[in-house]
Amino acid sequence: MPINESDIEKIAQLAHLEISREEVKVFAPQIAEIVTYVEQLNEVDTRSIEPALGGLTPEGELTASTRDDVVAPSLGQRLALEEAPDAAAGHFRVPKIL
Amino acid sequence: MITSETITQTRDRIVTGETNARSVAESAVGAAEKLNGSLNAFLEIDRQGAVTRASEVDAQLKNDAAPVLAGVPIAIKDNICVRGLQTSCGSKILGDYHPPYNATVIDRLLAAGAVIIGKTNCDEFAMGSSNENSAFGTVKNPWDTARVPGGSSGGSAAAVAAGIVPVALGSDTGGSVRQPASLCGVVGLKPTYGRNSRYGLVAFASSLDQIGIFARNVSDVATVLGVIAGRDPHDATTADVPVPDYVAALNGEIKGSRIGFPRALFGRGLDADVRASVEGAVQTYRDLGAEIVEVDLPHAKYAIAVYYIIATAEASSNLARFDGVRYGFRAEEAPELRSMYRRTREEGFGPEVKRRIMLGTYVLSAGYYEAYYHKAQQVRTLLKDDFRRAFAVCDAIITPTSPTTAFMIGEKVNDPLAMYLNDIYTVTANLAGIPGLSVPCGLSSAGLPVGFQLLGPYWSEPALLRLGDVYQQARPSSLARPPVYA
Repeated sequence: MPINESDIEKIAQLAHLEISREEVKVFAPQIAEIVTYVEQLNEVDTRSIEPALGGLTPEGELTASTRDDVVAPSLGQRLALEEAPDAAAGHFRVPKIL
Repeated sequence: MITSETITQTRDRIVTGETNARSVAESAVGAAEKLNGSLNAFLEIDRQGAVTRASEVDAQLKNDAAPVLAGVPIAIKDNICVRGLQTSCGSKILGDYHPPYNATVIDRLLAAGAVIIGKTNCDEFAMGSSNENSAFGTVKNPWDTARVPGGSSGGSAAAVAAGIVPVALGSDTGGSVRQPASLCGVVGLKPTYGRNSRYGLVAFASSLDQIGIFARNVSDVATVLGVIAGRDPHDATTADVPVPDYVAALNGEIKGSRIGFPRALFGRGLDADVRASVEGAVQTYRDLGAEIVEVDLPHAKYAIAVYYIIATAEASSNLARFDGVRYGFRAEEAPELRSMYRRTREEGFGPEVKRRIMLGTYVLSAGYYEAYYHKAQQVRTLLKDDFRRAFAVCDAIITPTSPTTAFMIGEKVNDPLAMYLNDIYTVTANLAGIPGLSVPCGLSSAGLPVGFQLLGPYWSEPALLRLGDVYQQARPSSLARPPVYA
């Protein structure tokens, strides 16, 4: 299904991107071309094929990925806020929400 | 010149007092500073930190046993966290973000005595095959500064090729270590998925990302892999598989090795010089006593399509965290929270990152998930099966690393799909989770490097490195020096 400019605007909104009119015009044909390209997968018969789950090797799948829930020191408030664009009184500060 | 020797020889000269870590570090930093105007390979050069660290290594050597990388200078791609240095990911949205912690691979390198000299330039969030997507300017190829170094880890590849450092780390999601290694004429390894920790690597596509290694010598890759490989509790996808002695695996043995030749991948779209060079490498292996067997990977032709669905889907999710709240850039003067998010991301991300976020958002959106993402994961299963069958009759598969040599800066920048097709030989390894090694095999008629790729089964790094080392020993002239060199 070809992607048009209004699809691009809707996708941008879903992705929290405030893209410009000019960008919509550039992106729409580019993304449409890529989507057309990936649709070549439709020629592959995948009935009864299980989807892959990530990149794990069999050994990776066997490796226990859980650990005991032990309390340990974490980053801490000072370090966590150090790189914030706007922090105040031990919090991240953002523009008004409502 | 430190780069004409192996890092083990450099380390030994430091340990025996013939030189010291400080002077080795100063010479690497000096080379980085001198060449950065022409290459733009580094986004940050840490002269003070490197010299301080090297002096510490020198002091420790007086008392303690020398670690395996004592005084070895190394460059790190700017999407891997190093405490005290920036991690921009080549993006305005992170800018001069300074992470408060080290990636696990960095802790391991430092414990082994390595000296980090700086952070290398890359395509924004590792998305690209030419380095032209960096927000901080394109890296230039040391073989021809009008050409791209490949990507996304182009700065690391250029830094090693130009003799600034003997080894560098990059990340490889679809070929981002192997392809620039090929285009710059150095060795590049993407290890098996789960071989080393991704903790502290800024995520692009988590089921494909793996930290990889650049060096001029295969043996140096083996040395560094031995340091960074292994299980890490901070990364649940690292596997509990013993780390063998990769250097000891370089025993020169090749008789009895079976190398798979996928004839169908040497056809349309492959540059004639690249084909001739890689077929020359196949002949070299045959002459050295390897058995060349024909193999077929019937689903490899779908790999780019599968990759650009899965990678963009995962990226759209991973990059949701960049919203101007906790770190990095925030757009000014947004009246309320949602518009702050949207403007921050609009101003902070470059065009290729936006394109991929939108493509990923689209393939995951309601009504399309089954048609794209689910379908791609099914074809990924078929591709894994292709490799399983192929590795039943061979120990490694040889392909070109890239269909062309380094192309001109600007040549493909307006055609994203053409750019994606550069990754045709490399994305399969990431989709299947298998290791891949790119080895230089000479120059094209235009004097540009060509590389071949060896793919192997899970955990076959010892065999891949052995085969790569055998080739380099047999063809020492395959590792040439570019015009721009330290």
